[in-house]
Amino acid sequence: MKKQRSLFKSIGLGLGILLVLVVYAYGFQVTQVDFAETSSEVRLTQLSRILRALAHPDIIEFEQEETIAKTPIYLPCPEGGLELPEVDTSEPYLVTDVACAESKENVIVEGYHLPSGSKGPIHFLTASGANLQLGNFVVAGDGTFRESVRMPTRQPVAEAQYIRATARVPVGAPMLTDTAIVTWDKIVETVFLALLATTFGTLLAIPISFLAARNLMSEIKYSLTSVALTILGWPLGIGLGLLLTRWLAMLSEKLSANSLLTAVSMVIIPLLAYALFRWILPLLGQKQPGVFVRISRLFVYLLIAASGIIFLQLLAQSALTVGQALIEPLGPLGFLGGFIAQLGDVLNISLPVVVALAGGAVVGSPMSALGQRISDRYAARFVKIINIVLSAAAGALLFILIGAAINWFYQINDLYKVLLIPGGVGALLGILLAVRTDPKDLMPLGSTIYMITRTILNAIRSVEPLIMVIVFAVWVGIGPFAGVLALGLHTIAALAKLYSEQVESIMPGPLEAVQATGANRLQTIVFAVVPQIVPPYISFTMYRWDINVRMSTIIGFAGGGGIGFLLMQNINLLNYRAASTQMLAIAVVVASMDYISSSLRKRLV
Amino acid sequence: MLEVRNLTKIYDGGVLALDNVSFSVEQGEFLAVIGLSGSGKSTLLRCINRLVEPTEGQILWNGVDITAASQDELLRIRRKIGMVFQHFNLVTRSKVITNVLAGRLGYVNTGRSMVNRFPKSDIDMALKQMDRVDITDQAYKRADELSGGQQQRVGIARAMVQEPEMILADEPVASLDPVLAHSIMQHLDQINKEDGATVLCSLHFLDLVHQYADRAIALNDGLLMFDGAPEAIDDEKFKEIYGKEAERVG
Repeated sequence: MKKQRSLFKSIGLGLGILLVLVVYAYGFQVTQVDFAETSSEVRLTQLSRILRALAHPDIIEFEQEETIAKTPIYLPCPEGGLELPEVDTSEPYLVTDVACAESKENVIVEGYHLPSGSKGPIHFLTASGANLQLGNFVVAGDGTFRESVRMPTRQPVAEAQYIRATARVPVGAPMLTDTAIVTWDKIVETVFLALLATTFGTLLAIPISFLAARNLMSEIKYSLTSVALTILGWPLGIGLGLLLTRWLAMLSEKLSANSLLTAVSMVIIPLLAYALFRWILPLLGQKQPGVFVRISRLFVYLLIAASGIIFLQLLAQSALTVGQALIEPLGPLGFLGGFIAQLGDVLNISLPVVVALAGGAVVGSPMSALGQRISDRYAARFVKIINIVLSAAAGALLFILIGAAINWFYQINDLYKVLLIPGGVGALLGILLAVRTDPKDLMPLGSTIYMITRTILNAIRSVEPLIMVIVFAVWVGIGPFAGVLALGLHTIAALAKLYSEQVESIMPGPLEAVQATGANRLQTIVFAVVPQIVPPYISFTMYRWDINVRMSTIIGFAGGGGIGFLLMQNINLLNYRAASTQMLAIAVVVASMDYISSSLRKRLV
Repeated sequence: MLEVRNLTKIYDGGVLALDNVSFSVEQGEFLAVIGLSGSGKSTLLRCINRLVEPTEGQILWNGVDITAASQDELLRIRRKIGMVFQHFNLVTRSKVITNVLAGRLGYVNTGRSMVNRFPKSDIDMALKQMDRVDITDQAYKRADELSGGQQQRVGIARAMVQEPEMILADEPVASLDPVLAHSIMQHLDQINKEDGATVLCSLHFLDLVHQYADRAIALNDGLLMFDGAPEAIDDEKFKEIYGKEAERVG
């Protein structure tokens, strides 16, 4: 029995080994492994040419003094003898061992009276005026050289052609080549590309990471009434927020047409808001506010919010104007003006988004509280009826929104298909959910958000920034900005995941203790979660910074700006010495950034 | 007055931690909760402030049903219940005073607390309570620079700034040596006697129970085995609570 089993085992093992061999054999076939190619002579000469070019990065050059000597040569030998001019031996001169030669024939060239230590190329000057390099020479201490060169293959020409030696001696201080200067410009661009992408990515990844942390989200549970009202409330609030900003933008546009009016209202509006705030302050403390107080309070809040929005719109507008006006007078520091203008633009673009989200929160969270109160206070049967109505509406809304998104991609544009069917299906699912669940059951809203966030993050993370940048290059044009956006987006997804795993692994004790004091969810995060995650967040941000520096050096391959674009160009032009300069720059930057970040990490964490 | 009625807790996975437990505590009483590890003491204390959601039963505190409280009401109830933990549960990377001020979170404005701005009166109160447990010198050190006994005093100060009407202490001295244990118990006793807070404290050592508690309840496997004066725990009761093989050690 025992023997048999061991026999089976060895057969199995043998088959296993065979299988592994087959896998690798197929792998060789698929990847076209060909070791003969590595030692083929043609390939090796090409390789050594490239490697030598790479070993001579094009960084410094010298001012050079040139001494030129030339001698005539006939190719091929003319019929009827030839006539050689007298050689002036007091000047630098060349001599060839033969006066005429055939194509591909070797000729010995000797040079005299050349500056000792100089070197340079030997050219064949064709009758049509082209230069063909035949070889190189180095002048010895006595001012002579001797080199054997091979004649090029040419059509027969009757008159004399020339062999020319250009002896070069470096003079003066070393200078940076044009390649080196361009490379420096681009490497600076690369580093800043990485910096901006890391900064944007980190700033957005931090809040998202909380949404993607299971231990924080799984506790968030609300009754179905509350969830349904939240789903209905958020889009409503977002819509109202957008409407409000658009309406206020018209107002602030009128104000900003006049610069004096802008300045005056930028002073008056904050003062007004502050006065309103002071006036409302005593009302905030009231324990049991009456209806009148509540309504007037709400009204004042709205006024304060509206004046804040107008103020920010004016601020954005004036930053844009002032920044652009500053570019000219600031001269070389003009980029500061550009920066101010860009900040104004960022504010202009992000304000509607922020206001819309805030509107969603302002409408959504009281509706959620209202829903919770309904399901807490009223009898189960009543809550059930409300649930059926509300979750039907919420389901319909959710599916119509999804339908609209699908419609945007596929352009179905059929009212019936994109509005009625999803609406009906959503309403049905909502009713089903409301009927099947206990009316006071708590729905895992947090876990659902967690799952959705994780799925989106995983999807984004699986697309390489090199591919993302293609889309962004179409959107904002080829250049470093496209690279910033692509790297930034990938950074958000990657960091949010790493961060959220840190949140999930924090010690639960302090969390529990802070919760026990009656702290609400936000306070718990700030007091118990944040202090625990600061060190790992810093260390992951630096890790990502290293990755982004590396990525930013090649993101130009796909149109993302930085040094990659230059490198790719030079490789395609077979300009290996310039490419070598850029590779060297990349190596230096990556290594030094690695060093800086690791020593910073040591100090901070 | 705290009244626990038919409290049952079944964890996900079917573990029965509390089985139909009922008892009541007078305001200002010092109640010891005893029992073996895993007998349900921690679960019981955590059910009272709903860090653990009870499966069934009611907890009435001054006439309010804690188990039926909405989320907002629960936060207002919790801020009146201080809690002290076996492993202190301080945020070790934060300063001592920040840990103590965390006890005020239920009272202060959310926005201000987010940027760590507490009212002057709260800071004064924190310093005063830290003085009572004798850790004022350590106020601006990081919590993990403190020794175990000092850390537990920070934990007590955090509970004290809540101006608690009740303290839940979950084995507050189990990770400390006997001398420190007495000093911590004295602080709890002080809160009980001077501030009039009800104290529910789970303990392992019976001599501590005898010395500090007015009354004791005992749990074994989630069942309430004993409810009475500490002196009433005789050898027979002891074996009932701790099992037949148990020996008394001090």
